[in-house]
Amino acid sequence: MHKVYTNIIQIAGDVITVEAEGIGYLEIAEVSTKQGKSLAQVIRIDEQKVSLQVFAGSKGVSTGDEVRFLGHTMRVASGDNLLGRVFNGSGLPLDKGPQLSDNLIEIGKPSVNPAKRIIPNKMIRTGLPMIDVFNSLVESQKLPVFSIAGEPYNELLARIAIQAEVDIIILGGMGLKYDDYLFFRDILEEKGALTRSILFIHTASDPVVECLLVPDISLAVAEQFALEGKRVLVLLTDMTNFSDALKEISITMEQVPSNRGYPGDLYSQLASRYEKAVDFEGAGSITILAATTMPGDDVTHPVPDNTGYITEGQFYLKGGVIEPFGSLSRLKQQVNGKTRDDHRTIMDTMIQLFANYRETVEKQAMGFQMSSWDKKLLHYGKLFEEKMMSLKVNIPLEKALDLGWEILAECFNPEETGIRKAIIEKYWPKQGLSP
Amino acid sequence: MPQKRTGYIKRINANMVTVGFDTFVIQNEVAYIIHGEERLKSEVIRVRQKNAELQVYESTSGLKVGDKVEFTEELLSVQLGPGLLGQIFDGLQNPLPLLAEKCGFFLQRGVYIKALPEENKWQFTPLVKPGDKILAGAKIGFVPEKIFKHYIMAPFSLRGILEVTQVAGAGDYNLEEPVAKLKDEDGKEIDIFLSQNWPVKIPIPAYAEKLKPQEPLVTRMRLIDSLFPVARGGTYCIPGPFGSGKTVLQQLTSRHAEVDIVIIAACGERAGEVVETLKTFPELIDPQTGKPLSERTVIICNTSSMPVAARESSVYTAVTIAEYYRQMGLNVLLLADSTSRWAQAMREMSGRLEEIPGEEAFPAYLESRIASFYERAGVVRLLDGSIGSVTIGGTVSPAGGNFEEPVTQATLKVVGAFHGLSRERSDARRYPAIDPLISWSKYKGFIEEKQEERGHEILRKCHDVAQMMKVIGEEGASLPDYVDYLKGEFFDFVYLQQNAFDKVDEATAKDRQTYVFNFIYNILETDFSFSDKADALHFFQKLRQVFKGWNSSAWASEEFKGTEQEISALLSEKISGKEEEADA
Repeated sequence: MHKVYTNIIQIAGDVITVEAEGIGYLEIAEVSTKQGKSLAQVIRIDEQKVSLQVFAGSKGVSTGDEVRFLGHTMRVASGDNLLGRVFNGSGLPLDKGPQLSDNLIEIGKPSVNPAKRIIPNKMIRTGLPMIDVFNSLVESQKLPVFSIAGEPYNELLARIAIQAEVDIIILGGMGLKYDDYLFFRDILEEKGALTRSILFIHTASDPVVECLLVPDISLAVAEQFALEGKRVLVLLTDMTNFSDALKEISITMEQVPSNRGYPGDLYSQLASRYEKAVDFEGAGSITILAATTMPGDDVTHPVPDNTGYITEGQFYLKGGVIEPFGSLSRLKQQVNGKTRDDHRTIMDTMIQLFANYRETVEKQAMGFQMSSWDKKLLHYGKLFEEKMMSLKVNIPLEKALDLGWEILAECFNPEETGIRKAIIEKYWPKQGLSP
Repeated sequence: MPQKRTGYIKRINANMVTVGFDTFVIQNEVAYIIHGEERLKSEVIRVRQKNAELQVYESTSGLKVGDKVEFTEELLSVQLGPGLLGQIFDGLQNPLPLLAEKCGFFLQRGVYIKALPEENKWQFTPLVKPGDKILAGAKIGFVPEKIFKHYIMAPFSLRGILEVTQVAGAGDYNLEEPVAKLKDEDGKEIDIFLSQNWPVKIPIPAYAEKLKPQEPLVTRMRLIDSLFPVARGGTYCIPGPFGSGKTVLQQLTSRHAEVDIVIIAACGERAGEVVETLKTFPELIDPQTGKPLSERTVIICNTSSMPVAARESSVYTAVTIAEYYRQMGLNVLLLADSTSRWAQAMREMSGRLEEIPGEEAFPAYLESRIASFYERAGVVRLLDGSIGSVTIGGTVSPAGGNFEEPVTQATLKVVGAFHGLSRERSDARRYPAIDPLISWSKYKGFIEEKQEERGHEILRKCHDVAQMMKVIGEEGASLPDYVDYLKGEFFDFVYLQQNAFDKVDEATAKDRQTYVFNFIYNILETDFSFSDKADALHFFQKLRQVFKGWNSSAWASEEFKGTEQEISALLSEKISGKEEEADA
């Protein structure tokens, strides 16, 4: 029988401190209050003083309430029974289904030994030229979508999830608006993907501590499936809310803050989640797509900044499209050498020319006379934006590459593109853009 | 045998535990926390009265107040000896592939494996005889390791004059068998083995003198070697915002730099990238030796999700191994990716210790730690007169891509070359994205000074004209200024930029660099005659295209010569045009 303690000596934010003995670090306890029961996790021990974060929040906790330590760290049910279900951050059902306690697994398992990883090598096709051609998504990649509030990042995540060839989709929602949660649920259902999906949802009105659990619980379940050979796609939205929850707790705990009030271990905290993305040698894989909203469109804000150093690139959503500059898939070269031999040429050339186009637009805005070269660039930029950048375009990679050649041929002479002769001879279209 | 000193846990705060002790503790000594069957490695980082604060190199999940702690009296050390090359270690020198064999997919805490296999036999050849008087670091013999003579040296920790009293004959020995006996000045006899231990945070001092780094280290990156050279035994840093190509640059350097041994330290980097290095190296053939690249590399690998204290120790483990091979008279290159992660690890620990934070919450000792790390680089003259070197190249990941931040600034103070990457260049896919306008080097390279200066000058001029045209428009620039602008752009495109995915273009040896630089120098110095700006633009676009083909043709091949002629023909067209004009 587990010992029950009733001497809560401090309540600050969602953290309570109780006097207890023989408690393990990160151990789980059950706090019983008039409002009901909630799980809590030990986050600091100082001799007899044990501090716990209460997942359901500390509202209504009395100093006389009971705290029962369970003798283990946080666990979650795993397995096929979870498919099609919706849970909250502590793993309790949010749908009408039964509570699950099968195949309990611990969350926050240790790191994967790098020696047991394989080099990511499978492209995940999305039908979006801005991804497939310019920044191919690769199985096991960890990739955030950087965007400002109001951008359609959740729509983009959902679309990639539905179109991507994966076995299981896990959605971890943090601080999600209720409508956004319904959007995800409905679109997955509509596209017939709900039966291979599991949702762990923390909405904006739920207690902040529960937000912290969402990535861990999502990734622990994902890991279990991946070890069984499944290809899992995990969507985490929004990691900025997760980081803000970390900030709130760490300030409550009177930790020395680092940049802009975030805890000094923000990098480690984010990294230990993102690093769960993996392609196991001889088993399945986890691919992580996350939304990171940037306060004030500031990529140097600590959350996107730290994220950028951890993840394998980012899609930068701006003005409703994936920006060619700032967006990056670090793993693209693992796959785009094997697609078609003109893939890299199209990718590099079109972006270089697009950079020139942006400069010309600036010059134009300042009222400078446009040279004939400038005019070519303006024509090119317009075509590129219409035919390649729009998120409405949904075509296979090969079609997108052909389209790239057509656009180039419509706008430039071969030598103006700087492309090597051999490739020009092979791919340069004989006619211009088809109407 | 003295009784083991012990203590017990009083407080737990993430990976820092406070331990009560009875007798004494030593700053930075290693201690083990006993938790059930597990023994978790940790290090004393602060002592306050009867409490020692320990950073734990493992997850502290489940630890309890009252758990027993055993102190070891040893500082965190690495094992140095034959068998290091080709290995992949974590920051505590655990061989990761062996751990994988033992524990499977996940790293299991409390499992430590000896860095070097004990049973392996090594073919020993003695170099001393009984009666010889030697000093610490002296070569006692050697064993073959991969393509090197791995010297067995008198332990660096010994002091004074040592007398050889016994030496094993030539033959096969493992790491457990003594190969010599030395007598120190106090008459104490010491057994010498093929391997020795050394505390990572202390530089190995067993050399005669430290020299000034002067000889260029050829990295085969044209932009670096020709404009911002690195010296053997020197230091350099590569700061850049994320996505600007630090890691690819480090990978290229690790493959192509002309050194004997490369040590790669990933201190908290992406596992996806680390795994690429550790899986591809065994397959890559080293162009210098014709053997797998892994035979001359050691990888220290801590992904960003490994415990913070292990990440912090990885740069020390790496530099200690680098110094060890330098003691054999070899040229070693240490690439640390990224030192910011290491600094962040320090910041995390400092925060837990509740130290008064310095700038951007980094600890006040940040600068001195960074300085003392880079100061471990250098060219040294060893006791036997031979020369060895450790070159350190560290990437920096500045918060917000802002070079004013403390880690970049502290690093800039102590390095000899600065290769600053810029977002603008990487956005425009100009790789390597080292910005020639902000970078610098205090070292001398192999390109003739006059030519190198001309290279810098044309880039500055090109930038100035480009800036000017932003204000007054292209039509406002004079034709000569516009041509200078095109020349600068041309130089950038065909020389500074290098295609990391082209087998030939990815690395350029010294001969070719000198030859091509000279060729371009002549183009930069030529007065062309253009009818107008469009004519000039067209000419340079054409020149650039042919030149790119030149870059990807093998050195001195038929294709190379053919393309060179094509370029020369293009050039003479424009120059002869001028002559005709002059005649008329």
